[in-house]
Amino acid sequence: MQILDKDTFEAEVINAKGYILVDYFSDGCEPCKALMPAVEDLSVEFEGKVKFYKLNTTKARRLAISQRVMGLPTILLYKDGVKVDELTKDDATKENIKEMIEKVL
Amino acid sequence: MSKIYDVAIIGAGPAGLASGLYGARAKMDVVILEKGATGGQIVTTDEVANYPGGIHEATGPTLVARMVEQCDEFGATIMKMGVKEVNFENKIKELTLDDGSILKAKTVIIATGAKPRKAGAPGEDELTGKGVSYCATCDADFFTDMEVYCIGGGDTAVEEAIYLTKFASKVTIVHRRDELRAAKSIREKAFNNEKIDFIWDSVIKEINGDGIVEQMILTNKKTGEDMVIDAPEEFGTFGIFVFIGFIPNTDLFTDKIDLDRGYIVTDNDMKTNIEGVFAAGDVRVKSLRQVVTATADGAIAAVQAEHYISNNY
Repeated sequence: MQILDKDTFEAEVINAKGYILVDYFSDGCEPCKALMPAVEDLSVEFEGKVKFYKLNTTKARRLAISQRVMGLPTILLYKDGVKVDELTKDDATKENIKEMIEKVL
Repeated sequence: MSKIYDVAIIGAGPAGLASGLYGARAKMDVVILEKGATGGQIVTTDEVANYPGGIHEATGPTLVARMVEQCDEFGATIMKMGVKEVNFENKIKELTLDDGSILKAKTVIIATGAKPRKAGAPGEDELTGKGVSYCATCDADFFTDMEVYCIGGGDTAVEEAIYLTKFASKVTIVHRRDELRAAKSIREKAFNNEKIDFIWDSVIKEINGDGIVEQMILTNKKTGEDMVIDAPEEFGTFGIFVFIGFIPNTDLFTDKIDLDRGYIVTDNDMKTNIEGVFAAGDVRVKSLRQVVTATADGAIAAVQAEHYISNNY
């Protein structure tokens, strides 16, 4: 899973083609830390089909808010730079993320 | 034949971890099942000052990390897996896990804890993670320099409001009564904090916004009047943190075990109405839900589980 920041977001997500998944997390968010390994697993499972990124919102607050992300953990799925689906908080589980991806593929 | 554990613990918060530690130390074969983050609700707390003998400047995560270490040292396994269904009808208890497999155990300790109660207002679900939050340590930094409303008047609400003042420009506590229920020491801290303001006798009527919180309508319970709070233009949004109590995680046990208002009923030895099934921590009927009482419950449950096994196997 590659790391995004506010300087690379536009090129890697908004201007990118295909399916992109972004795991929004922050340093202080314990549920985010618990979820991350599951997202790493899924990035391997869907390799070649969906590009997985993680973004630390502590260093990109305005960017996160611009994506309507104001709670963590949040997983956003983009297609050709447009947000197509999302999961946040308790809904952001491995099973639900997998389901969200399989629905669009 | 598949493996039969001595003790299966559901939930890896302080109660479950204490059960695991005591159980494993008593040389029992112990598994702790956890569907989400290890540590339970305490991991979202940034200061744990009242756990006797706890590590210096403990936070929820550091305290839990030490408990996990202790479980490891004594050989309790933490399995990252949720439980879908329980069968307590036979002597050997069966837990159906999220992957469909069945885990068998001689005893079960239920330590599933509780989760934050929702305000139940229209718009709340849709705007969770979009300005509505139940976790200050998760989401506070989004609201740096913004206004935040903290709903509730108990210890948690007021403590979290104080924490939020480190980020927000202003924190308003909205409480349904005309005085706080929080402990005196916490109350005084809030009253002395310049950034904290209060709206009394009020509850949330609705939360509105297009993909992000833009407006909240409060109702004053005494006068019946509504108060409309709109997002300031500068940010176009504000935060709503809800801390109005908890609901027990007992959906799995409805009709299977004695509950009282959703909480599991136990005796002083953490025994439920079913032989070999115990409950510990926030999930059971009790008067004080703290880490210190959760770990105490966990220890008692593990020792009772051991007694039960030696008497029945």
